Amino acid sequence: MSAPVLEPPAGCAAAPRDLPVLRERGQREVFCGLTSIVWLHRKLQDAFFLVVGSRTCAHLVQSAAGVMIFAEPRFATAILQDRDLAGMADCNEELDRVVMRLLERRPDITTLFLVGSCPSEVIKLDLAKAAERLTLAQRGRVRILNYSGSGIETTFTQGEDLCLKAMLPACPAPPPGARTLLVAGTLADVVEDQLARLCTELGIGPVHFFPPRRATALPPVGEGTFVLLAQPFLNETARALVARGATLLEAPYPFGAEGTRAWLRAAADTWGVPADRFESAVAAPLARARRALEPLRRRLEGRRVTFLPDSQLEVPLARFLARECGMTLVEVGTPYLDRQLMQAELPLLPAGVRLSEGQHLERQLDRVRADRPDLTVCGLGLANPLEAEGLRTKWSIELVFTPVHGFDQAADLAELFARPLDRRDRLRV
Amino acid sequence: MELTLWTYEGPPHVGAMRVATSMRDVHYVLHAPQGDTYADLLFTMIERRDRRPPVTYTTFQARDLGGDTAELVKATIREAVERFRPAALLVGESCTAELIQDQPGSLAQGMGLPVPLVPLELPAYSKKENWGASETFYQLVRALLLPLAPPPGAARPAPAPGRRPRANLLGPSALGFRCRDDVREVRALLASVGVDVHVVAPEGASPDDLRRLPEADFNVCLYPEVALATCRWLERTFRMPVVTTVPIGVGATRDFLAEVGRVAGVDVSAALDGEPSRLPWYSRSVDATYLTGKRVFIFADATHALAAARIATEELGFTVVGLGTYSREFAREIRAATAAYGVEPLVADDYLLVEQRIAEAAPELVLGTQMERHIAKRLGIPCAVISGPFHVQDVPARHSPQMGWEGANVIFDTWVHPLMMGLEEHLLRMFREDFEFHDDAAPSHLGPGARAAAPAVAGGAPAAEAPVAAPAAATAVAEGPAAPAWAPDAERELGRIPFFVRGKARRNTERYAAERGVATITVDTLYEAKAHYAR
Repeated sequence: MSAPVLEPPAGCAAAPRDLPVLRERGQREVFCGLTSIVWLHRKLQDAFFLVVGSRTCAHLVQSAAGVMIFAEPRFATAILQDRDLAGMADCNEELDRVVMRLLERRPDITTLFLVGSCPSEVIKLDLAKAAERLTLAQRGRVRILNYSGSGIETTFTQGEDLCLKAMLPACPAPPPGARTLLVAGTLADVVEDQLARLCTELGIGPVHFFPPRRATALPPVGEGTFVLLAQPFLNETARALVARGATLLEAPYPFGAEGTRAWLRAAADTWGVPADRFESAVAAPLARARRALEPLRRRLEGRRVTFLPDSQLEVPLARFLARECGMTLVEVGTPYLDRQLMQAELPLLPAGVRLSEGQHLERQLDRVRADRPDLTVCGLGLANPLEAEGLRTKWSIELVFTPVHGFDQAADLAELFARPLDRRDRLRV
Repeated sequence: MELTLWTYEGPPHVGAMRVATSMRDVHYVLHAPQGDTYADLLFTMIERRDRRPPVTYTTFQARDLGGDTAELVKATIREAVERFRPAALLVGESCTAELIQDQPGSLAQGMGLPVPLVPLELPAYSKKENWGASETFYQLVRALLLPLAPPPGAARPAPAPGRRPRANLLGPSALGFRCRDDVREVRALLASVGVDVHVVAPEGASPDDLRRLPEADFNVCLYPEVALATCRWLERTFRMPVVTTVPIGVGATRDFLAEVGRVAGVDVSAALDGEPSRLPWYSRSVDATYLTGKRVFIFADATHALAAARIATEELGFTVVGLGTYSREFAREIRAATAAYGVEPLVADDYLLVEQRIAEAAPELVLGTQMERHIAKRLGIPCAVISGPFHVQDVPARHSPQMGWEGANVIFDTWVHPLMMGLEEHLLRMFREDFEFHDDAAPSHLGPGARAAAPAVAGGAPAAEAPVAAPAAATAVAEGPAAPAWAPDAERELGRIPFFVRGKARRNTERYAAERGVATITVDTLYEAKAHYAR
């Protein structure tokens, strides 16, 4: 394992385990894991996501998808009804009927995810067994997988984690002795291409991305697979990858110029890329990223920011804003703090930062009102009410829907935070 | 199980949230898992509300299920009452909580709370949003007013002599279509006949305001989906008459005023004199001749669908080619109306079915919800939104009511705007292969953007997305074993027929040919079929 590339800031030697964390329980203003379908179904272009749940689930996914109404979206909900619950209809037969109807309509689908929800979990509908049964019935035409996106078990981005984990068993084993890099976590296509080019230049490869663009093109996973996580919320997937024999590379996440550099460096060290070759390969994009960040840093420097828990991107993004944009962190809230996945990130946070895990919404909002940060990163339900109280906000959902990873997106990422502040400065109303 | 792609209505607890969010000093404790807070954004984003809905969620998790979720409910209720000090408390559950049967309403009743409590039972697996709103409003009004109800059979006390008649406006609610502006218009309408507005509810009302409802002389049921059950209960219990005409459109506004006149005992003739709306003259003006017989497809909540059908036929001279609603509670009214218009009723909440029906009917204008806007965009048909569910752009900053005289003006503008202008349409028909005036060009006053580009605008769906409804023509060809073939020149001629009637022309010609055993459709067959079906 390589030594950390980034040095902790002066005056901050907090080892992760010593970092105090405020843990709270109460009302959570966070989406459930079903919401991940909104981007997963765009990434996996031959997959269909069938939520087995209630009208609430259907309404949630379409509300989160907002204006994105497609000709026929590749997600739908099998809505449980009274007769299913009263035992008047056999849930399994009903599910088979719905799936058959769906697959008849969509011959282009190669993988169908049955996505569990709160109601299907509570009535203990066995979707794993249903997936097995239906896969057999499809005789290889369509692979049927299942995972849970229920709110009683998952938050927002954990839906992607469990979806990826569900695909892993279908991944082939690599040929013996092969060494491959697996980048895990949904990335925008343009970012994938950039990172793949950099890896080629560095002689790192072959590189596979997970999830792939087509659910049938699954990457090999096993001994010799080195994993770089592109997203910080893949706890279960990371563990399952390791269980398959893959090696997890420890690195900060590829947000910002230095985050991306350190992330790539972890792979380069594994591949034995000499330091001078590494530096010359990243020099140009690194310089470009720093140049693009410069004007944004001037706009963000010294401004105070609070993150409310949402996507689990909070810790790496806070690190980026503090170190590369000069912002002051007031509170960094995250739904769930996995210390293992944050091992390379936590030491990079400035000393004395208020970290919070979980949520008691009212108490957290009380703190926001007392702190009055310049910017609060929060979900859509809270943004306008906070704006009405005179607090500037950044919708956190944009952070998972926008290409923000890598060198050439570092400034775009900073700009997302600078724009609300810029707007405040412009408006005279 | 029901396969659903898009849903017109949310679950019933979202209806309860609409009532709670509309009101002042009401709080709603909802037993619900993480994720159900998504519903907050409907209010804060679509309607740009500046406050969070007054809802506290218990946010139970899987690990709580083995333990004491009932205690979690009670703690949440205690904390919410302590923090928000509401004047009335609603307690209910979402779909998942219904399954674990904690019965939060009963739990709350056992807590001896210092606040009027309304337990809500909204069956999530059989009912939907509008029903939930209606039931919540009814239960709240009933809980607050039952103690004040007169003995059965008691006569209504006579109003103080010399007092102007008073009406309550019931039904305007959060996420209701144009409620804010409709209330202003209806206030003005009532003022024009000397009637005062006493209480508007649920929007803007407090529990104390609800207690004052019986002080009015009658109720105006503005949105039956939300308020009819409450109006009927007030009629039975407090002998308050109900005005049920919904004043959307010129004719309905006149009928509304006439009904108000009867119920309130006031002379409304002065208010009906002259032409307070511009719609009638605009519609009679020769410029509007081109609107005659425009084929219109209507799908919305029942109130707005019925109103739209009447305006379309009586006030704009359109032809209704489809009429439907997702409000099953009002299926009977829709069926009665469709019989009068000579079309098949469509009572459904299946988005794909609605899309199929629209494609088959080949209308020139679609009046619907945000769902129909997307359908119409994809099919390249002009569209106006007339009902919820709607997007943020349907909550305009300007005053844009649907009700009353001004509402009729707004409707005239909104429905006519997406259409091709009169002269432009004539030119299109004359010079079908003109390089600028052709089917794929959008109406020129709507700026650049060809029809062909519409599906991409609808959300960047890649070509891999299969079109939902196969073109009617393709299915027609595939169905009949002896489907006649099209000669190339006939096919070309068909292409000159405007796109919105082309599908129908193709079907009719094929049917005509098949019935006569014509194997190859020629240009002559096309025009013979046209003459045959012209009638």
